[in-house]
Amino acid sequence: MPNGSTIGTLLIAGLVTLPVLTVLGFVFVPSPEVWGHLVDTVLSDYVLNTLGLMLGVGTGTLAIGVGTAWLVVMCRFPGKRIFEWALLLPLAVPTYVIAYAYTDFLQFTGPVQTLLRELFEWGRDDYWFPNIRSLGGAIALMSLVLYPYVYLLTRAAFMEQSVCALEVGRSLGRGPLRLFSGVAVPLARPAIVGGVALALMETLNDFGAVQFFGVDTFTTGIYRTWFGMGEAAAAAQLAACLLVFVIVLLVLERWSRRNARFHHTTTRYRELPQYRLPPGRALLATAACATPILIGFVLPAALLLGMHIAEGDPQMGSRMAGYAWNSLKLAATTAVVAVSLAVVIGYGVRMNPGRVTGAAARVASVGYAIPGSVIAVGILIPLGWADQQINLFAREHFGVLPGLLLTGTMVALVYAYVVRFLAVSFNSVEASLSKITPNMDAASRTLGKTAARTLALVHLPVMRSSLLAAAILVFVDVMKELPATIILRPFDFDTLAVRAFDLASDERLAQASTSALSIVLVGIIPVILLSIAMRKSRPGSGTAG
Amino acid sequence: MLDSFKLRPGIRWFGLAATMFATVAGAEQVNLYSARHYDVDQKIYDAFTEQTGIEVRVLEGSSDQLVQRIQREGIASPADVLITVDAGRLWRAEQAGVLQPVESEVLDQRIPEHLRHPQGLWFGFSQRMRLIYIDPENVDPEKVRTYEDLARPELEGKICIRSSNNIYNQSLVASMVEVHGVEGAEAWAEGLVDNLARQPQGGDTDQIRGVAAGECDVAVANHYYYLRLANSEDPDDRAVAEDVQVIFPNQDGRGVHVNIGGAGMVDNAPNRENAVRFLEYLSSDSAQELFARANYEYPVTEDVQRHEALAEWGDVKLDELGIDALGRNNPEAVRVADRAGWR
Repeated sequence: MPNGSTIGTLLIAGLVTLPVLTVLGFVFVPSPEVWGHLVDTVLSDYVLNTLGLMLGVGTGTLAIGVGTAWLVVMCRFPGKRIFEWALLLPLAVPTYVIAYAYTDFLQFTGPVQTLLRELFEWGRDDYWFPNIRSLGGAIALMSLVLYPYVYLLTRAAFMEQSVCALEVGRSLGRGPLRLFSGVAVPLARPAIVGGVALALMETLNDFGAVQFFGVDTFTTGIYRTWFGMGEAAAAAQLAACLLVFVIVLLVLERWSRRNARFHHTTTRYRELPQYRLPPGRALLATAACATPILIGFVLPAALLLGMHIAEGDPQMGSRMAGYAWNSLKLAATTAVVAVSLAVVIGYGVRMNPGRVTGAAARVASVGYAIPGSVIAVGILIPLGWADQQINLFAREHFGVLPGLLLTGTMVALVYAYVVRFLAVSFNSVEASLSKITPNMDAASRTLGKTAARTLALVHLPVMRSSLLAAAILVFVDVMKELPATIILRPFDFDTLAVRAFDLASDERLAQASTSALSIVLVGIIPVILLSIAMRKSRPGSGTAG
Repeated sequence: MLDSFKLRPGIRWFGLAATMFATVAGAEQVNLYSARHYDVDQKIYDAFTEQTGIEVRVLEGSSDQLVQRIQREGIASPADVLITVDAGRLWRAEQAGVLQPVESEVLDQRIPEHLRHPQGLWFGFSQRMRLIYIDPENVDPEKVRTYEDLARPELEGKICIRSSNNIYNQSLVASMVEVHGVEGAEAWAEGLVDNLARQPQGGDTDQIRGVAAGECDVAVANHYYYLRLANSEDPDDRAVAEDVQVIFPNQDGRGVHVNIGGAGMVDNAPNRENAVRFLEYLSSDSAQELFARANYEYPVTEDVQRHEALAEWGDVKLDELGIDALGRNNPEAVRVADRAGWR
């Protein structure tokens, strides 16, 4: 029986897939001339740089994320308790912000190289220093802010690992290292792959950092092909190429989750035996955990703060407040919309569990993997067309132009955000709904309440805190979002992220610091939430015995 | 009458909504799509609002992006005025067909002929010079007196210049194409690329800083970037400016390569009269003075006083090559730079 919530679920899934379908639809529009030019000149750069970036960031996040997770879970050393949550801090720094923070610091004319030259009386040809504006620079900086995805999932996997497996390993005489590489890592593989896949999705999504460093990837290519060359079709085709990378990641991630269920031999929990490290090694462990936090969060934040104090945004007053207000408005609107839609889908799946709703729910949450630039292109084409039709119609019948009702307002932008971040809210809602026993639904229905009343009176109150958490996560993601915002922002409507990007593109990094710093400050909120959640979910603690 | 309303409620609501929007559009305002994002701009807009009561609303972005957006928005675009920072961009906007001619005696009178479009599609409102900066300790100023000198073999490994993706450099190459032809310009660009101290990176200021820090001995950058450093509150910035020597190229020949910041009325401008008033305001003494004062740009009108820093430089001979030549030669210039391997 197709009821309201099923239809709602299907409708939302349809809306989410529209941009993707639009982009894919352009694969069949021939644009041989532009492609000839792209193939001759830049396409190989796009492919190589994108692959290089993925390989580099994949390796980097893997090394930092798994290494720190292992140390924190399995070893005892000074500062461990702090590192457990502090290792998440770099998550607050968007990729483009860390690029802005470090460029001045590390380039030839910056303080580091100047100091080196003065200390050692070097000339420009006397030493070698890595160029931060390069593929290598982009890889290093992105790894530093994206490893927390790997850390978070891997840490959870290590903690959930049944002690038995590790004990067996130990009793067979494996040392800590062999245990790590021979037992723990293979067992945690699904979580590790999932974390790396998330980090790589963010890598593909990045626009600000690669644009700033002049590393041409698919994301910058889409932007340049459409907005520089005016070739919408070719841009959509590049977007479709980028989707191929995304699909590979999605398959990888699904595959990793699929294996996850085979892993627990028992759900019973016992405190994991930890290695007490000798002083020398403990110091090393402390250093290993402190380093990514220092250079992934503390130093960039300090650099931005320094730039802000020294110069800062010249329009600190009312205009700055305007940018912040626009960011807040967008983020709050999107949070409300995304959480509401997530509830509709989640409830739809609960009411009518089945293939159709299940598939629709999966489709609706696929947007998280799709780069913002692709979503923007996929939304701008149909909505821009609709806007033109509305105006042509209105001019003909009423002699007035209503203006751009969709692409000239927050509508297009909120749409794009919802497509991208619906998964974030849906995951929370789904998890929270699944904890409510169906008996409560049955009881409420028996008492004569409709499905909608049951949702309002029973489920929503129980889910309140999860909904709030979901809304906050979406809120912060929107505050940080750059590529879709640049493309879809309405007239006379700049946000903090756009302001930072504009000033940075104009080489005014010191002035961009104010907006960038604000974004980082907001970004700390979900880190706090996550660390609280981490504490609560610690196996063996709390009620779950 | 009431009945007819009842019969077609949808149309009625639509009509109501449309009227509402029409009223909004009728309010006194002018909508700018601007590729400039200097701090002085806001002051100019505020002064305009104060003088005329017309509200200024702005969308900032890169010029290409703005032109593309105007095209995409079609008949419903809110854009009245497009402001860019380079002749090449004005030319591209013209080619894209997003501008419409403005007839204004005020503008024709105040802006010299070589700084505006013959049919009034766009007008130049500020001038910027592309200058050379050297480290006088390592380079003989007599060896770098023209843009052509930048290709001299003696300067091998000494020059800092930003990417040829940058429109200022494209316009410089376009002027070389005009003077030396495509082949001549290409030979020059090849010579320049051979002389680079490092791969092009960063903005104009970074090039000047590069000379002061010893990364290179010769740099190319627009004049106001230098003046910003020279007049900065930060003593380190002022030290950078003191360390380099400014060269005004081609003073014995055609003069310094000049580019313009300019604006034109958008084809579908909903507020035409306000757009013209805004353009005229940009040529007024007060706006010209703000350009000159706050961003060290050269005024386009004769009677406005230059910033002291500019006045100190005395009379610099400026290249009066028609601005539209820079635009016309732009596609060729991009290809020349690509072939020469100028990243």
